[in-house]
Amino acid sequence: MQIDRETLQKIAHLARLNLAPADEQKMLASLNNIIAWVDKLAEVDTNGVEPLTHATLETDTWRPDVIGEPLPRARALASAPDHDEVFFRVPRVIE
Amino acid sequence: MPNVSPSILADYELVIGLEVHCQLLTQSKIFAPDAAAFGGEPNTDISPITLAHPGTLPRLNRRAVELAIRMGLALGSHIARYNVFDRKNYFYPDLPKGFQTTQDKTPICQGGQLEVQWRDQASKQSGQALVRLNRIHLEEDAGKSIHPAEASHTLLDLNRAGTALIEIVTEPDLRRAEEAGAFLAEIRRLVRYLGVCDGNLEQGSMRCDANVSVRRRGQTTLGRKVEVKNMNSVRNVQRAIEHEFERQVALVAAGGQVVSETRLFNADNGQTYAMRTKEELNDYRYFPEPDLAPVLITDEFLQAIEAAMPAMPKALQAQFTGQFGLPAYDAEVLTDEKSTADYFLAVADGWPTGATSRYKAASNWLMGPIKAYLNETSTDLATFPVPPARLREVVDLQEAGQLNFGQAAKQLLPALVAQPQRPAAELAQQLGLLLAATDEGALLPLIQSVLAKFPAEVAAYRKGKKNLQGLFMGEVMKAAQGKADPKKVSELVRQALETA
Repeated sequence: MQIDRETLQKIAHLARLNLAPADEQKMLASLNNIIAWVDKLAEVDTNGVEPLTHATLETDTWRPDVIGEPLPRARALASAPDHDEVFFRVPRVIE
Repeated sequence: MPNVSPSILADYELVIGLEVHCQLLTQSKIFAPDAAAFGGEPNTDISPITLAHPGTLPRLNRRAVELAIRMGLALGSHIARYNVFDRKNYFYPDLPKGFQTTQDKTPICQGGQLEVQWRDQASKQSGQALVRLNRIHLEEDAGKSIHPAEASHTLLDLNRAGTALIEIVTEPDLRRAEEAGAFLAEIRRLVRYLGVCDGNLEQGSMRCDANVSVRRRGQTTLGRKVEVKNMNSVRNVQRAIEHEFERQVALVAAGGQVVSETRLFNADNGQTYAMRTKEELNDYRYFPEPDLAPVLITDEFLQAIEAAMPAMPKALQAQFTGQFGLPAYDAEVLTDEKSTADYFLAVADGWPTGATSRYKAASNWLMGPIKAYLNETSTDLATFPVPPARLREVVDLQEAGQLNFGQAAKQLLPALVAQPQRPAAELAQQLGLLLAATDEGALLPLIQSVLAKFPAEVAAYRKGKKNLQGLFMGEVMKAAQGKADPKKVSELVRQALETA
C-alpha cells in the first residue's frame, strides 16, 4: 500500500491538520515508511485467526450505575479556550 | 410543496427504515459517573471523562448493558455474547473526544422483530405490519449546541454528552407513514413497560430519524434515501414522511434525482429542509475502542436479566382477563399505558382474590371518569394525585350500596383530586353523597309508601304493564333524595311488586 498526496490531504483534513506544502514530501515519506513496516505483517498467513482488538485479556471492567462527584462548572470552564459564565464557546458551527 | 397528483403517487412505493434513539434510564452516564439527569443547570453534570481531558479513561455502566439486553429480549433479538465498542470519528464541538463511542461491529442485540397495528384516522383504513430489526446497539449521546442569533459563536452544554443511549435500527420494512407512526408508538410503549427509557419524544429522551426513499411499484432495488430528523412526536414523524414521499415522487416523476442528504423537518409548515452545516463529509473511520475492555455476556448474566423482566402488555392482558375476570376490551385499555396497568394492579392488590365485581368497578373508574380527568388535564396516572387505596375505598362504598357511581364520578372525583389525603367516605359524607337509605330496612318503607300512592299503576303492573317499573323507581329515588343505590332500589321495587 502506498500513500499518495491526495490521500495525505484527505487524512490531514479529517484530522483537522494544516499541512504546509513544504512539509508534504517529508510527511509522505514518513507515512509510507510506517506503512511499509506494517505491511511486513501481511506476509503472515492469518486465515482463520480472529482479529485482535485488545492487547490485554481483561474483560467486563464495568462499574455499577452510581453517580459520582461532578466537576465544578467554573473549574471545567476555566480550562476551555473560550467560555462565558455558563457555557463553553466555540466558533459558530451552523451557517 | 409540489402538488403531485394522486394517480402519480399511486405509481410509487414508499420505503421507510427507522432509527430510534432511546436515552436509557440509568442514574449515571454510560462511561462516566456524572449524573444522567434531564434539565439540570448547563454544564453541571460533567466530569473530566465527559470533557475528554487527557489521561481519563471510560468505564462501562453495567446497568446500561442490562437495559439494552432487556429491550433486545422483548423484541426477540439475538444477544451478542462478545461485545466490543468502536470509535466513530468525526469533529463536532458537542462531542468533546472527537469521536463517539458506539458499537459498530458487535451490536449487543442483533435481529428481532416487532408486529405493529396501524390505523389511518382519515381513511379509516387499518392493517398490520411485521417490522424486522437490524440491530440495537449501545452508544453515548452528544452534548447540546445552542446557536444564538447573530452571534459568531456557538454555546455548548455538555450535560447530555456521554449519557447512555440505545439505537434501534429497523430494516427498510415500513411502507406507510402510519406504519412508521405505529412502530414508534409501540416502541415507546415497550420502553416504558420495560423501564428502559421514559419515551418522551417532546423532550428528546426518545428521538426518531427516518430513512425515506421511493421507487416505482414493482421495482426491487431501493431508491436513494434521505435521512429526515427533528420530529418530536409520533404525529410529526408521520407528517415528515408524508411530505418526503410527495417531495421525492415529484422529483423523480419530473425526471430528476433524489439527493442523498440529511433533511430537517419543520413542524410549523410540515416541510423538510436540507441541513446546512459546514461539514458534510462522512468518513467515520470506525475502529475498536482500545480503552474499553471487551464485554462478555455470560449465561448467568442473561438469565438474571430475563428473570427481572417486567410483565409485558400481553402477559398483563392475560392476567387481567384471567385472574381478575375483566372483559378483553377492559384488559386492552388498561394495559395500553404502563402507568394505568400499574395503578389498576395497585388498586386490585388490596382486595381478596375473586372480587370480580370490584375489579370491574375499578376498571370502569379508570376507563371512564379518571381517564376523562387525565385527558382534560393532559396528565397521566404516574402523577395522578389520588392514591390507588383511595379508589379502592370508593369502589368498596359503591359495592356496599353507599355510593352512586354517576354522582361520585361527577362530584366525589374532583374532591378526591383536591384532597387526596382524606378518606373517601369522609369526603362523600361531606358532599352529601353517602347514601343514607342504603339498606333494605331504610328503603322498604319508602317503597311501600310510593306503591300506596299509585294503586292503579300497581294493579296495571301486576296485569302485565311491566314498563311501569320505571315510574316506581323514579318515585322511590325522589323520595330517597337521589341518595339510594339504583341497583338495589330496582331489585327491591320489583320484589315488592311481584310479592305483595
